[in-house]
Amino acid sequence: MRIKRKNPVRNCSLPDEKVDLSLLDGLLKKYAGMKGSMISILQGTQEIYGYIPKSAIRKISEEANLNESDIFGVVTFYSQFRVNPVGKYIIKVCHGTACHVQNANDITSALMLELNVDDGATTDDRLFTLESVSCLGCCGLAPVITVNEDVYGKLKRNDIPKIIKQYRDKEEGTNG
Amino acid sequence: MEYRTHLMVCSGTACVSCGAFNVKKLLEEEIVKHGLDKEVLVVGTGCQGFCAQGPIVVVKPDDIFYQLLKPEDIPFLVEEHFLKGRPVAKLMYTPPGEKAQIPTMSEIGFFNKQRLIALRNKGLIDAEQIDDYIGREGYNALIKVLTEMTPDDIVNEIKASGLRGRGGGGFPTGIKWEIAKKSPGETKYIICNADEGDPGAYMDRSIIESDPHSVIEGMLIGARAIGAREGVVYIRTEYPLAIKRLEKAIDQAREYGLLGKDILGKGFDFDLRIKQGAGAFVCGEETALMASIEGKRGMPNKRPPFPAESGLWGKPSNINNVETFANIPWIILNGSARFASIGTEKSKGTKVFSLVGKINNTGLVEVPMGITLNEIIFDIGGGVPNGKKFKAVQMGGPSGGCIPAELGDTIIDYDSVNATGAIMGSGGMVVMDETTCMVDVAKYFLHFTQEESCGKCTFCRIGTKRMLEILQRICDGKGVEEDIAKLEELAAQIKDSSLCGLGQTAPNPVLTTLKYFRHEYEAHIFDKKCPARSCKPLLTFEINDNCIGCTACARVCPPKAISGERKAKHVIDQDKCIKCGACYDTCKFNSIDVN
Repeated sequence: MRIKRKNPVRNCSLPDEKVDLSLLDGLLKKYAGMKGSMISILQGTQEIYGYIPKSAIRKISEEANLNESDIFGVVTFYSQFRVNPVGKYIIKVCHGTACHVQNANDITSALMLELNVDDGATTDDRLFTLESVSCLGCCGLAPVITVNEDVYGKLKRNDIPKIIKQYRDKEEGTNG
Repeated sequence: MEYRTHLMVCSGTACVSCGAFNVKKLLEEEIVKHGLDKEVLVVGTGCQGFCAQGPIVVVKPDDIFYQLLKPEDIPFLVEEHFLKGRPVAKLMYTPPGEKAQIPTMSEIGFFNKQRLIALRNKGLIDAEQIDDYIGREGYNALIKVLTEMTPDDIVNEIKASGLRGRGGGGFPTGIKWEIAKKSPGETKYIICNADEGDPGAYMDRSIIESDPHSVIEGMLIGARAIGAREGVVYIRTEYPLAIKRLEKAIDQAREYGLLGKDILGKGFDFDLRIKQGAGAFVCGEETALMASIEGKRGMPNKRPPFPAESGLWGKPSNINNVETFANIPWIILNGSARFASIGTEKSKGTKVFSLVGKINNTGLVEVPMGITLNEIIFDIGGGVPNGKKFKAVQMGGPSGGCIPAELGDTIIDYDSVNATGAIMGSGGMVVMDETTCMVDVAKYFLHFTQEESCGKCTFCRIGTKRMLEILQRICDGKGVEEDIAKLEELAAQIKDSSLCGLGQTAPNPVLTTLKYFRHEYEAHIFDKKCPARSCKPLLTFEINDNCIGCTACARVCPPKAISGERKAKHVIDQDKCIKCGACYDTCKFNSIDVN
């Protein structure tokens, strides 16, 4: 499930949103003094915020005694880490080989049309993030997407609008 | 308590995605409802392998195989089969193109040609119960090596078995252990590579999900052989179910004194921890993997020094793949001679493949070395669906290549597969039919390696990018005559000038498709045609006279490029058409021509 970034981060201008940094304290304490734990700390950070906020990098750097540049290097190297906030529903389109030969590209383009976002981006209402990943490991169901924990397999392009509608309706239901 | 019947519910990732947990819950409820809960036990097992047919339930001891189960089937199934004793035919497997159902698992072609060693416990045990594993001779091999064998005996036994690394390289495991054993040092590490990155391959995940203790036992034996006291399993963070089961297995093994200090009272100390990867294909490479365990960017280092001399934290380290470790306990218990009796002269034992793509029986299969590709694809895989023609099979993922249908008699062993230009790899086997464009497949894999290149070596970083641009151009119908020669030149240079396996093998998908499907490249470049009708920029969509004017296509067309009166022939505005194919999928009257 490797995330392919269409627009990899090429500079340091990360969004700097206000987040509650005290949430990191437990995590930093757990890994204090353990060598080689940078990736685990960052994974924990992403679990808390959904992405790696810029201010969190600074705090980790200070408390775990790591260089900010090293942390940034690791964050941008591994596709698991995100530096941008994500939508409520993360849509992962599998682009493993099995899905590719079963026209996964059509599914991505149908989602881009439906959501009006680029691959890798989040809708303006912060409801959906569209991502391409490689191999979710359920090749028997190709082509496959997941919307958070829900799995949809053996898809055709024409299935996409009703899947998205389901989530939009749910949101309208909760808001209205 | 004795039960008359066990229901083995496959709980591998693919079946779980199809609702296996819900099926299991409903089965349990229905069984209680009919008062059968003292007679029938529902067990969640690891992956059965037949992933296309999930959710799956196998009834033991009768061996009846139920598939594609839906929640609404369960009450009927429980009442008919387990209360009234009448197996339900309509929920059994029917081979494609046939009418009669096959009731038992052992009669299904998908299963009966397989030979199980690494997957010996699949579907037979609850992966989360150490006692189930012990009941199937689990940890007996560990007892044997600790009581009867010296570390040298272990190394010699593995050497004699002829086991070669199952992660793709095919390096003899026994020799690897011997080098690590001889390497001087108090602290040594044994590492399990579970960073299964090849798209389309998922056997390592499946082994950990269905039989985590076999991997732990294999690592314990390896640690004893080389003298390691610490082990690390480096596993993809994308495999949450496998991580959970492995964590549980490690805890249980510790509780039973099979991990920790003074194991089985034999003065042998060994403990194990899990390190989650963060999504980088290159981390499957040994030196990059160790850099990643150290918390750094996963970039490969030059060798020598080899990991056996200076690996993790500069200490001697030995890395093997999940499937390799899963084979070890079987070899120790059954003897190297028995293992070596399976397979070909230079490739012994079995190999697990994930059979996916344009194939009827998608799933995980373990076959003896020496079987032919055609046997796997047609006898086990049930052939290509929808009456299409088998065109090629891609083996070895991004480092591998495409083997054309004409070479279907190729036998599965490391050397025969290498001779075709593909590699055995970790065991992905993606079947392609006549509608798969080989230029597009080459482009797909190159796109993958290009994104995953760590950027250290110039040729891998920039060369793959240039190759990808050329392939993109060809698929867009803008290819020029020199492109094929340029691809070949770049491929040779990238192979020569890259430090690690990723770069050295990245051009393979292009080279093998050029070798066997050069005419497809030429059709794209010279005739501006895609013979498989797959490359969208080279296609035009037109409506023919079959059109009855139902308006279905016009309604689904995203850019509203289709117009026409109701009950009259429609037309596609070629300037507006984005060639998405939605009209083609929607039309029920065969009235969309694709040229």
